[in-house]
Amino acid sequence: MQPKVGYIIGFCIAVCLVCSVIVSGAAVGLKDRQDANKLLDRQKKVLAVAGLMEEGAVLTPADVEALFNSRIRSIVVDLKTGQVDSDTDAKTFDQVKATKDPAQSEAMEKNSAGVGRVPHKALVYQVSKEAMKEDGSGFELDAWIFPVSGRGLWSTLYGYISLAPDFNEVRGLIFYQHAETPGLGGEVDNKLWKAKWPGRLVFGPKGSEHASWNEVKVGVIKGQAGTVDEDPHHVDGLSGATITSNGVTNLLRFWLGDPGFGPFIKNSLSSQGTETAALQAGGDVR
Amino acid sequence: MSKSKQALLDPLFDNNPIALQVLGICSALAVTTKMETASVMAVAVVAVVALSNLSVSLIRNYIPPSIRIIVQLTIIASLVIVTDQILKAFVYEISKQLSVFVGLIITNCIVMGRAEAYAMQNSPGLSLMDGIGNGVGYGIVLMVVGFFRELFGSGSLFGVEILSPVTQGGWYQPNGLMVLAPAAFFLIGGFIWILRTYKPEQVTED
Repeated sequence: MQPKVGYIIGFCIAVCLVCSVIVSGAAVGLKDRQDANKLLDRQKKVLAVAGLMEEGAVLTPADVEALFNSRIRSIVVDLKTGQVDSDTDAKTFDQVKATKDPAQSEAMEKNSAGVGRVPHKALVYQVSKEAMKEDGSGFELDAWIFPVSGRGLWSTLYGYISLAPDFNEVRGLIFYQHAETPGLGGEVDNKLWKAKWPGRLVFGPKGSEHASWNEVKVGVIKGQAGTVDEDPHHVDGLSGATITSNGVTNLLRFWLGDPGFGPFIKNSLSSQGTETAALQAGGDVR
Repeated sequence: MSKSKQALLDPLFDNNPIALQVLGICSALAVTTKMETASVMAVAVVAVVALSNLSVSLIRNYIPPSIRIIVQLTIIASLVIVTDQILKAFVYEISKQLSVFVGLIITNCIVMGRAEAYAMQNSPGLSLMDGIGNGVGYGIVLMVVGFFRELFGSGSLFGVEILSPVTQGGWYQPNGLMVLAPAAFFLIGGFIWILRTYKPEQVTED
């Protein structure tokens, strides 16, 4: 016998109510933990590219946070003007959200890095040589860390590049999220390949004047590039993964060039030499 | 053998959801490149099938027949979302690797197949056993496939290096096919072949 329509509707409502209570209960109840996980994950990647933590090393969340807070300073940079934006709190600034928000980002014309939108403001990290005190004193710039992203073959690669205070020497490159073919493009995660990056030069010869820099030279080439002395600007291509390799080149040229952090880099360099500019850039945040 | 024991053990080999019923193949291809993801996925599926069977069975006499499928689906979808949230909260790294596939447990034919075929006719206790059995049956295949794919594709098990691969400066040349989806097809095919040789009654006539 077919039950009455009223019963069916009532039954539906009851099932939906029970299910929605369970689902929203889980979502709300676990939100804090999930947010903490996301933040922790980001901090770990930044520490890894800064060379302060071995990737995959087991550290408690408290250790990670303590290490991050004592050695890394976050600043927000206005990409257009290249100035440090001291009005925006770097702790709460959400770059992913800003990139999606039309009011806080702009659509890019078709570009080789496959970047769709660029936020007006972006997070930059500064690594301190020694552990800072709680009030932020004792900071001495050791390296810059810039977030980068761009198209590979199957997916968008998200990563961080770490540069020396002169903005020229690469300290490290790491990708924390991608879906390239394991064994081919996925080798961007390979330790031996990542070890080829430190020491490569982004803009010009070692110790050269920044006025002579006109383009981002660093990138991945097909085949073997050799040691840093043999070819200071290029890194070996990943065999069987030309498109991923080109993607890495394109995304570095995009983000370190004019559409990305180029204005900030130029700005920091031209204001009274590197060291002081870097210190100033940090000084504004406090 | 008691009825509940039979409901629990039957799906492991005699009526394995992947090998005999050939359900849930799609996710078995996607999450088995590593043992770690395969095992977490297996646990997630066991939890979802068991709980969905239990809850569908509890209300089976009240569900209006005309809307029973959508009611089952609502229950399964809610359980999957809760599972996803729990994974994100407690094993964040692995949940990132499993990405959309946890959400796709909803479309895993095993879950709805068991709710419709078993839980609608049987008592809650039996249905729970059947759910656990089918989830574990699915998990066994996942683990077996994951074992071979990770060992020969990346030279490790649960992320621990066993065969040191050339790319890390070792001697083992990893088998690139193993990390791609087709390898799972071959392995599942091999699994079914061995199972049916051992249990000839599972062979289907043309």
